[in-house]
Amino acid sequence: MKEAGNTSGQTSGQKMLLTMTGIGVFCALMIVLSYQGTLPRIEQLKAEALEKAIFKVVPGMESKRTFRMESDGSFTEVSGKEKDARLVYAGYDKEGKLVGVAVEAAGMGFADVIKVIYGYDPEKEAVVGFYVLESKETPGLGDKIEKDPNFLANFEALDVSLTEDKSKTKNTVVAVKHGEKKNNWEVDGITGATISSRAIGNLLGTSTAEMAPVLHKNKAFFEVKKGQ
Amino acid sequence: MSQLTKDKTGEGFWGNLANSPSTNEFLKGLWKENPVFVQVLGMCPTLAVTNTAMNGLAMGLATTFVLLMSNILVSSLRNVIPKQVRIASYILIIATFVTMTDYAIQAISVDLSKALGAFISLIVVNCLILGRAEAFASKNTVGKSMLDALGMGFGFVIGLLSLGAVREILGNGSIFGIPVFPASFQEWVIMILPPGGFFTLAMWLMFFNHRKQKKAAL
Repeated sequence: MKEAGNTSGQTSGQKMLLTMTGIGVFCALMIVLSYQGTLPRIEQLKAEALEKAIFKVVPGMESKRTFRMESDGSFTEVSGKEKDARLVYAGYDKEGKLVGVAVEAAGMGFADVIKVIYGYDPEKEAVVGFYVLESKETPGLGDKIEKDPNFLANFEALDVSLTEDKSKTKNTVVAVKHGEKKNNWEVDGITGATISSRAIGNLLGTSTAEMAPVLHKNKAFFEVKKGQ
Repeated sequence: MSQLTKDKTGEGFWGNLANSPSTNEFLKGLWKENPVFVQVLGMCPTLAVTNTAMNGLAMGLATTFVLLMSNILVSSLRNVIPKQVRIASYILIIATFVTMTDYAIQAISVDLSKALGAFISLIVVNCLILGRAEAFASKNTVGKSMLDALGMGFGFVIGLLSLGAVREILGNGSIFGIPVFPASFQEWVIMILPPGGFFTLAMWLMFFNHRKQKKAAL
């Protein structure tokens, strides 16, 4: 302190290094603590949100079983928490009858990858529900894919029926300009959110083309009750 | 001069309050040095995030929190941080609080973090925060820095909310999601697109400068 007059403006490298390191360690500690502190709650909220979404996209669903899709197209029942991308959720009504299967899908949107979940009804061979799990689309425009009632009405009964031999979908789901929807497998787009609407059309098209035949083939397997 | 014009235009109430130095630290950010309309700072979130009133409000509050916390920390460390490494230290501190805010919002509600997710990390590059750390907190006591942060933060909230409200009303026909026009209203989609941000900001700046000129002319 006595030498303040001489050393002001000249800080030793050691002090700089020490201060930076100190602040760095403090900041790192704060970040790690808040990450760890919030992690259980965040995971719980995410799981709850997923659970809610599953029940939302399969109308009439009362209970759920989770299946893992194997690479050969067969399914194995799993007990819930698995960090696996290929999970499907079969939904059953009160009598234990299969009412639909919820499937997650993802695709590139305007800003970032959009993650959605949709319900597939093997009986109707149609998409019966749709919900956006994660999206960073432009607020006010692209995010209308999450709440625009006209757009969401597309997914109450979106036709993904299979060809005669049940090997693939008859028509691929595709997004069209707002007001130009003519067929049941077309997604009526949103004005001002063309890219986001198209992204939803494409990701549903890709996912249903792959999943609808597999899910339909395994319909009987999903209907078998637990323990049988 | 500003003191004189204040009395003339009948702002004696604010004038009296503003005589107390600590109140002044708070009030200056709200109006006289409003970050959006007077200092024109933090334009990235101001233009990008204000397409609805709710987004503007939430962004403003999140920014206020980061501003408050970083001002407190920067001010209390102002005699410790050597000036050669101050910018690096401030950025580290600001980034830490932004990250913590991000986690906190995720832990509060999925819907809230869904609505704000893309914007929260943008707070790091808001020059208002670094600006206040450098220009004010590094030179003043913790108490003053807190008042400064709160004033500037609420000034920022006012700015973002005014832009967001105008853009949502014209661009979406609603305010805070509640429709204000009959269904026949044709929305001005351009107002929620990026150009609408510039138009609205220009209108507000015009209004503020017009007022200022009128006052000066008196």
